[in-house]
Amino acid sequence: MIHFVLLISRQGKVRLTKWYSPYPQKERTKVIRELSGLILTRGPKLCNFVEWRGFKVVYRRYASLYFCMCINQDDNELEILEIIHHYVEILDRYFGSVCELDLIFNFHKAYYILDELLIAGELQESSKKTVARHIAAQDSLVETAKEQASSLSNIIAEATK
Amino acid sequence: MNPFSSGTRLRDMIRSIRGCKTAAEERAVVRKECAAIRAAVSENDQDYRHRNLAKLMFIHMLGYPTHFGQMECLKSIASPGFPEKRIGYLGLMLLLDERQEVLMLVTNSIKQDLNHTNQYIVGLALCALGNICSAEMARDLAPEVERLLQFRDPNIRKKAALCTIRIIRKVPDLAENFINSAASLLKEKHHGVLLTGVQLCTDLCKVSSEALEYFRKKCTEGVVKVLKDLANSPYAPEYDIAGITDPFLHIRLLKFLRVLGQGDVDTSDCMNDILAQVATKTEPNKNAGNAILYECVATIMSIEDNGGLRVLAINILGRFLSNRDNNIRYVALNMLMRAITVDSQAVQRHRATILECVKDSDASIRKRALELVYVLVNESNVKPLTKELIDYLEVSEPEFRGDLTAKICSIVEKFSPEKIWYIDQMLKVLSEAGNYVKDEVWHALIVVTTNASNLHGYAVRSLYRLVQTAGDQEILVRVAVWCIGEYGDMLVNNTGFLDMEEPITVTESDAVDVVETAIKRHSSDLTSRAMCLVALLKLSSRFPSCSVRINDVIVQYKGSLVLELQQRALEFSAIVDKHRNIRSTLVERMPVLDEATYSGRRAGSVPAVVSTSQGAPINLPNGVAKTTSAPLVDLLDLSSDDVPVPSSSGGDFLQDLLGVDLSPSLSQTDTNQAQKRGTDVLLDLLSIGTPPAQSNSSIPEMVSPSDDSKSAINVLEQLSSPSAPAGGVSTPPGSSPMMDLLDGFAPKPENNVPAYPSIVAFESSTLQVTFNFSKQPGNQQTTIIEANFSNKTFDAYTDFIFQAAVPKFLQLHLDPASSDTLPASGNGSISQKLRITNSQHGKKSLVMRIRIGYKSNNKDMLEEGQINNFPRGL
Repeated sequence: MIHFVLLISRQGKVRLTKWYSPYPQKERTKVIRELSGLILTRGPKLCNFVEWRGFKVVYRRYASLYFCMCINQDDNELEILEIIHHYVEILDRYFGSVCELDLIFNFHKAYYILDELLIAGELQESSKKTVARHIAAQDSLVETAKEQASSLSNIIAEATK
Repeated sequence: MNPFSSGTRLRDMIRSIRGCKTAAEERAVVRKECAAIRAAVSENDQDYRHRNLAKLMFIHMLGYPTHFGQMECLKSIASPGFPEKRIGYLGLMLLLDERQEVLMLVTNSIKQDLNHTNQYIVGLALCALGNICSAEMARDLAPEVERLLQFRDPNIRKKAALCTIRIIRKVPDLAENFINSAASLLKEKHHGVLLTGVQLCTDLCKVSSEALEYFRKKCTEGVVKVLKDLANSPYAPEYDIAGITDPFLHIRLLKFLRVLGQGDVDTSDCMNDILAQVATKTEPNKNAGNAILYECVATIMSIEDNGGLRVLAINILGRFLSNRDNNIRYVALNMLMRAITVDSQAVQRHRATILECVKDSDASIRKRALELVYVLVNESNVKPLTKELIDYLEVSEPEFRGDLTAKICSIVEKFSPEKIWYIDQMLKVLSEAGNYVKDEVWHALIVVTTNASNLHGYAVRSLYRLVQTAGDQEILVRVAVWCIGEYGDMLVNNTGFLDMEEPITVTESDAVDVVETAIKRHSSDLTSRAMCLVALLKLSSRFPSCSVRINDVIVQYKGSLVLELQQRALEFSAIVDKHRNIRSTLVERMPVLDEATYSGRRAGSVPAVVSTSQGAPINLPNGVAKTTSAPLVDLLDLSSDDVPVPSSSGGDFLQDLLGVDLSPSLSQTDTNQAQKRGTDVLLDLLSIGTPPAQSNSSIPEMVSPSDDSKSAINVLEQLSSPSAPAGGVSTPPGSSPMMDLLDGFAPKPENNVPAYPSIVAFESSTLQVTFNFSKQPGNQQTTIIEANFSNKTFDAYTDFIFQAAVPKFLQLHLDPASSDTLPASGNGSISQKLRITNSQHGKKSLVMRIRIGYKSNNKDMLEEGQINNFPRGL
């Protein structure tokens, strides 16, 4: 089970956090601080796993961003690396060669995609295409609703002129 | 409309926050935005709720408080449109977690959304439920989720399956309801549903044995077939990763098979073929393939025995271990740890490679490898393995040394074939990484050394040599100083010379040099210096020619700001100066310390040792902070009063140390027991093995009023019980601290009215009990004891009950206690009066068994002990 997902930038800025196990607010800040100290200082050739408080944190660096997932001692670390990569590929397809700025300004989109990928700390979908399809469908639902709203307000504006 | 809320768009806010150059600037921007959002919230502004929530989430991510947005999430979820719901659920998952009461308010909205006609809205509700639901919500909404497991759209079915996992993790009782619908998911073709269905079944098995039985019987073959089809499936672009179709599903199926096969031979047999196929056919080139192999090995190791498969698995691990990729090596070490219980021989074969991994540059790998080496050690390989580890200790990184040292010490202690080897290895460790060695380890080394009488000379000579080269290792120096103090003559005379030793010539003054350098080193701490003083005292007798020089060194500490050192210096210099005739008996060699008693005690006292070493620094009366526990205690870990001594063992460890029962001889001197405790500690530091009556006669001038001595000894006592509050202790001005050492033996003036000193009746790592005594005038038989309890932990105790039992010749009456709650950290105490009538007054002294029960952190605690240090004459 994945206990939480963290996206941290090279400078230690938090870009995304998702908690599947209950961590109180104060604890969350502490965890993030502790882990960024642990992970950001590791050299490039070292393995992608850090043992921490009896858990394992699997991380992978993409450009300036560290994707970290915390799992149990007996979970499959190599698979988590695949899951991270899976997520990154989906983000990449969605944003079109994703960069850190995309994730900053569209952080909610990154969360929506993560929610299509993981629920309750477990993997939900192994097909990138399927995830992309569901996200696109929901985005278009939002678009339609917006258009309706604006056309409605146009009509009202027309009528009250 | 709110004048603020229309102000900035989400994008602009993020931009302006990113533009901030200082943290203060950022706070200002955030404060302004939060104010605007609050205003919008209080006006119930609906047009911009969407935008405000998004802003809040960003602010939340930066670590600012956003609780005022929680209700907005709920409102947003309750609104009819999809965009509002989408952002509302996202906010719900981000800004709230399962412990918040607010969450209950959303149950109804989620329930409605689970029944919504739009499948994406159902999906949002399931996702939120799966990520943050509490136990109550799980109970309330389980039926809706169960229904959704059969929903027509696979997107909903898979979400419902994962949501069910959360529900049964929160409320395992609900598991039974889901068994059938979960089993039907295993027949699905859709990968997402199958993936989540398999995961659900695995989790069901973990919480319900009924589910495990059911799936074993009904589904094993089906699952094996699914895995077989998957492993043999042709290229499927949608699910392909590095040439493998859906490795995620592979891994989940293997995991499920592991749960099914564990502890069941038939089921395990059923999956042998497919496991063998996966283990041999999977391409190990890419991470995805290795992930599957890794999972497959884990399954092979866990299911019921099949020799052939296990060989296959160990071989895979061997390949992993020699892989250049650190990740692969890491998981190999991890898995070998589990394999060792199954087939330790096979793991031993990889010992050399594992040992190499201990020296890896990667901390994670080093840690795994070290733990593995630790379990690999046995009697036959301990010597080469220890040598490797110690060699590596020399070059290891500082942050790794602590772990490494602890493991080496533990290996050496556990498996040492002979004492000389043990001493050699420990000395090597001490000279490389002495400062990482725990107190009990070097204490043990001293105990072992004293026991090996043929190695005394060898040990002290080796230590002498090492100190010349590694004099900066404080712990090494301590051990060396102790041994030189004890066996200095052997060092000089080359007594007990072993054939393998190199000859060495040490003069008496060389030996004193070592101790003198050690005591003068700036980095030496109180314990080391105190030990040095004792060693000097001993050497003054062993080497009479150096005694003037030694006294000069000791005298320098008469003015030490540290009370402990000052006191020792005064006492010792008095002995060196004035009491030549008793000196040699005073500083005789320590009697052999009983190894079995020591190690047994050590096992029992480990928590106490931990608590004292981690405790807050104690302020000595003269304001010098001291972080280690008191030196007197530390010397030989005499902290017996910290540990509830098992009453069965009866005797005091101090007496064991001396091998002499001091109490009869001491009782003749009619000193009270509290004094005795203080002197005891000193006595064995000085190795007095002779009845003190002798010394009595030789020091008549040392008689002093007993109250003086009492206070001085109290200081001593205070030092020897590091956990006692040190605040109230001070030496009365004018009293001469050097008196007290030998005062204990002075006969007390007859006309002294018996005033009984308080005693620490019982002390553990969590609790201290002190007794104050008073007599009713005219009734010598009855003693009134006021017991005071104080709490040494940071948790208050409730339901505090003190019980006591006494032998038949005593009568005990307990008054009610002042309270049944004991505040934390000694902030207040409970007092309780006891009245004891001693029918054999004058013949027998008091003795009492006690039992203390209380609740700490809602856990029932019980402590027991026996008190036999009552002052005499009660």
